[in-house]
Amino acid sequence: MTERVDHRVRDDRSPLDPAVLAGAESFARSWATAVIGSSYVPMTRSEVAQHLQDLTEMLVEALFASPFRTAPGYEIGSRLVDAHFTGTDTLGRTIQLLGDDLLAELGSAGDDRLRSRLAALQGALAAGYARALRERTLAEQEAIRAAVLDARDQAEAMLRASEARFRAMFTEAAIGIGIADIEGRILDVNQALQDMLGFSVEEMRQYNVRDLMHPEDAGSVWRLYDQLIAGECDHYRAEKRFHRADGEQVWTHLTLSLVRDDHGEPQYQVAMIEDVTDRHLLQNRLRYQALHDPLTGLPNRALFLERLGRVFNNRGKHLRAGLCYLDLDGFKVINDSLGHDTGDQLLVEVGRRLDHSVSGEGKLVARMGGDEFVILVEGSTGEQDIVDVADRVLTELEAPIRIAGHELSVSASIGIVERELSGTTSADLMRDADITLYWAKADGKARWALYDPERNAREVARFTLSATMPRALERGEFYVEYQPLVRLEDSTVVGVEALVRWQHPEFGRLAPDRFIELAEETGLIVPLGRWVLHKACEEARRWLVEFGDAAPFVSVNLAVRQSRDPELVRDVKRILDECALPPHHLQLELTESAIMGTADEPLEALRALCDMGVRIAIDDFGTGYSNLAYLKHLPVHELKIAGSFMEGLRAETEEDPVDSQIVATLVQLAHALSLGVTAEGVETPAQAARLLRLGCDTGQGWFFARPGPPEDIDSLLRGDL
Amino acid sequence: MERPNWAPGDIDLERPSVARVYDYWLGGAHNFAADRAVGQKALEFMPELRDVILNHRAFLRRAVRYLLGRGVRQFLDLGSGIPTVGNVHEIAQTADPSAKVVYVDMDPVAVAHSRSLLSGNDRVNVLQADVRDPASVLSSPEVNDLLDFEQPTAVLMIALMHFVSDDENPIGIIGGYRDRLAPGSFLAISHAGYEPDEETGSYRAARAMYDRNVTPMTYRNKVEFTKLFEGFELVEPGAVRLPLWNPESPDDLDGSGRPFPGFGAVGRKV
Ligand SMILES: C[S@@+](CC[C@H](N)C(=O)[O-])C[C@H]1O[C@@H](n2cnc3c(N)ncnc32)[C@H](O)[C@@H]1O
Repeated sequence: MTERVDHRVRDDRSPLDPAVLAGAESFARSWATAVIGSSYVPMTRSEVAQHLQDLTEMLVEALFASPFRTAPGYEIGSRLVDAHFTGTDTLGRTIQLLGDDLLAELGSAGDDRLRSRLAALQGALAAGYARALRERTLAEQEAIRAAVLDARDQAEAMLRASEARFRAMFTEAAIGIGIADIEGRILDVNQALQDMLGFSVEEMRQYNVRDLMHPEDAGSVWRLYDQLIAGECDHYRAEKRFHRADGEQVWTHLTLSLVRDDHGEPQYQVAMIEDVTDRHLLQNRLRYQALHDPLTGLPNRALFLERLGRVFNNRGKHLRAGLCYLDLDGFKVINDSLGHDTGDQLLVEVGRRLDHSVSGEGKLVARMGGDEFVILVEGSTGEQDIVDVADRVLTELEAPIRIAGHELSVSASIGIVERELSGTTSADLMRDADITLYWAKADGKARWALYDPERNAREVARFTLSATMPRALERGEFYVEYQPLVRLEDSTVVGVEALVRWQHPEFGRLAPDRFIELAEETGLIVPLGRWVLHKACEEARRWLVEFGDAAPFVSVNLAVRQSRDPELVRDVKRILDECALPPHHLQLELTESAIMGTADEPLEALRALCDMGVRIAIDDFGTGYSNLAYLKHLPVHELKIAGSFMEGLRAETEEDPVDSQIVATLVQLAHALSLGVTAEGVETPAQAARLLRLGCDTGQGWFFARPGPPEDIDSLLRGDL
Repeated sequence: MERPNWAPGDIDLERPSVARVYDYWLGGAHNFAADRAVGQKALEFMPELRDVILNHRAFLRRAVRYLLGRGVRQFLDLGSGIPTVGNVHEIAQTADPSAKVVYVDMDPVAVAHSRSLLSGNDRVNVLQADVRDPASVLSSPEVNDLLDFEQPTAVLMIALMHFVSDDENPIGIIGGYRDRLAPGSFLAISHAGYEPDEETGSYRAARAMYDRNVTPMTYRNKVEFTKLFEGFELVEPGAVRLPLWNPESPDDLDGSGRPFPGFGAVGRKV
């Protein structure tokens, strides 16, 4: 820039004299001071000063130039703008400073020609400045407007790009997407949703969202829909089925979202729908597998229980229901002898026949496991309904089953329960059917049994007793009473019979007939009997010590199972030893059947006991079957005639000749075999008198004394009574 | 940020924009009636405002020259505004034509104008972004295609940080940039502010007007200003009133004798 100015100076004019130059320099400094700070120029202060110095020189040259031209003034104004001296005050200060100071600085303050030239240059400078500033302003305004347009274009392009991205996302998404307005009118659906449902966009647009309702939709689906439309919730998920255009069904996971406008008002709804049909079918298959027996294809236990549970949950639907609990008779034998394959095929065939014979609404046949099946009848009207079913089943099973060349006959036992649903539970029903099945088996198989609450109550009580017996023994709930055995001749107490009792905490005092049989069944009789024996021997010993020769022997009952216990002899000996009781102070009572039993071992044991000196008595003689010839060889000392024969002897005045004859015969028989005879159940003086007359040795019964605590015997022996 | 920053709604000529009001104060014509009205009004409250703005601009020039002298050839000018005159790339590329500059601003018009002005210059990029999100600025192609963060880089925040309130975690934002810089890189900040006892009625009036009509500002005193340089070591003369930062001649100093309402400093990453 400076170059150009210099060039001009050389070209157009003669060089300025030094005084003028110095004046110009001084003026430029004042100029800089005046304008600096009025505009932003990206220059240091000295740069500004230099720039203005150049312009001053140009101006001075123009002032003196010949011919005089105003163009440089115009140029200077323009350059000021170019250098960014555009502050509002810049031009004003410049013009003023020129007028006030320049000529004086140049030493020509009074030169009128120069003053008028200067005025012309000032005007040109102002015009050049104004024009340049106007141009620049217009250029910048245009630039900024263009920038605004660019920015808008840019923003719109980005918006379009973003819209295109979203559209691509919508169209290409693998998940079904649909958009509807708040009234439910479908506005758009993507390709995935069209494929899923088999409708085109155009077809879908004909629909309202509510048209997509499916009869199997959970109530919550549409309840939530209403809430969403009302703006009460912003999205929800649901499992939902849709009808396809081709009539098939699609199972889906649906997510519905609400889109609100700027004011928060519901505006659109967007559905994202995922096809889970395959997953659903797989689940169904798995569920089917989980609920069916793979062998017979019948519902399994789990499904049966589920259905039974449902019957109870929907009690409103049916009032009654019934069960057949069925078990094949002797299936184990078939399985064991013919192999599992045959067994399995048999089960398959049985399953088929069952299914065949009971198919129908409200009936379910299930395999519970092994050879157990169950038939559920919902909505039965009474026991007869179920009995009919059971009869049909039994008939259906009558025809032999051919498997692998075998002609197999099977039968089944069936337990039947039928009742009102209210007041019972599914567990009760199952348990009772199971018990009843057991009865059918116990009653002889190949039949049905009907649940009987009384039978059940009895069995329950029995069960309770047998279950509580072991503990009762430990807790000392048993105790022994004694009943005198009296010599009829002189009314001397020769012996006492030990009779066990159970003081049951719940049922009270129990006689042996309530629990001895149970104890035999459970095997508890052995320890119980041992305990009674020990107790009786202790008492006998006590009496022996106290009463010496007058002490009675004790007579203790031996149950069948005890008599067969291999430890019997050793137990008895040990107890006698422990109690220091001479063996002949002990008598063991056995029933006929126990003694006459075929086995030899008990007999051995009896002989051993007999040899030891223990007395053996046959209890209840005459009620069972006795081989009289055999009796002779048995180690027996005493026959106890059953109380039933005493009936005919009890009356004061007349007696039953048959009973009296039998008793007489038994007495003779016993005496013939050198056995003593005891009559049980002696209740009247007449009986006692008659027995004495018939030659009976000993009597026992209420006439003499009822069974009682050992102290009662003490009193008797002391003659207190 | 609810609305994406490219949304057309952002370009509202009826609303004054920080960048265009600033341009008006600098004597430019890249502005509209609404910008001029606000700029004019502020000047009425605070006539010295123009001088204040000039000082920020002058600080920019001095700082860039200083950084060039320290060998920096890469500049990341955050909140660069509307190119007026004496822009960073003009200063830098005059000194070394290979110098690279990335301008970042969130004003879409400022950015569009910068782009059209700089379309021929392949050592300058312009990015529209919010500087409060360093991660997206630093991961943008505009920045990465041009700047090599293994080399010393200068981050410029000229008249910018007073638009970032304390709630927005200015130190954390600056930290986001700092962590990306190679050691020996620089940060230059100029910032509006003064000590509590220096506030005058005219400042208050101008501030209130600007906060209401353009955008709220956060003035910071010297201590608060200095805290922005966490992880940087201040170069001489430290954090000072803007005109006092390495003046080019004694004449640069404000003769008014009043404390200048703004601080400047340059820090070097340690
Ligand atoms: C006062 S101007 C300064 C311009 C330039 N640095 C100068 O010194 O001339 C502030 C600029 O920062 C921009 N700005 C403010 N906040 C911003 C942000 N968060 N992100 C990007 N730019 C921002 C404004 O758009 C404006 O252009």
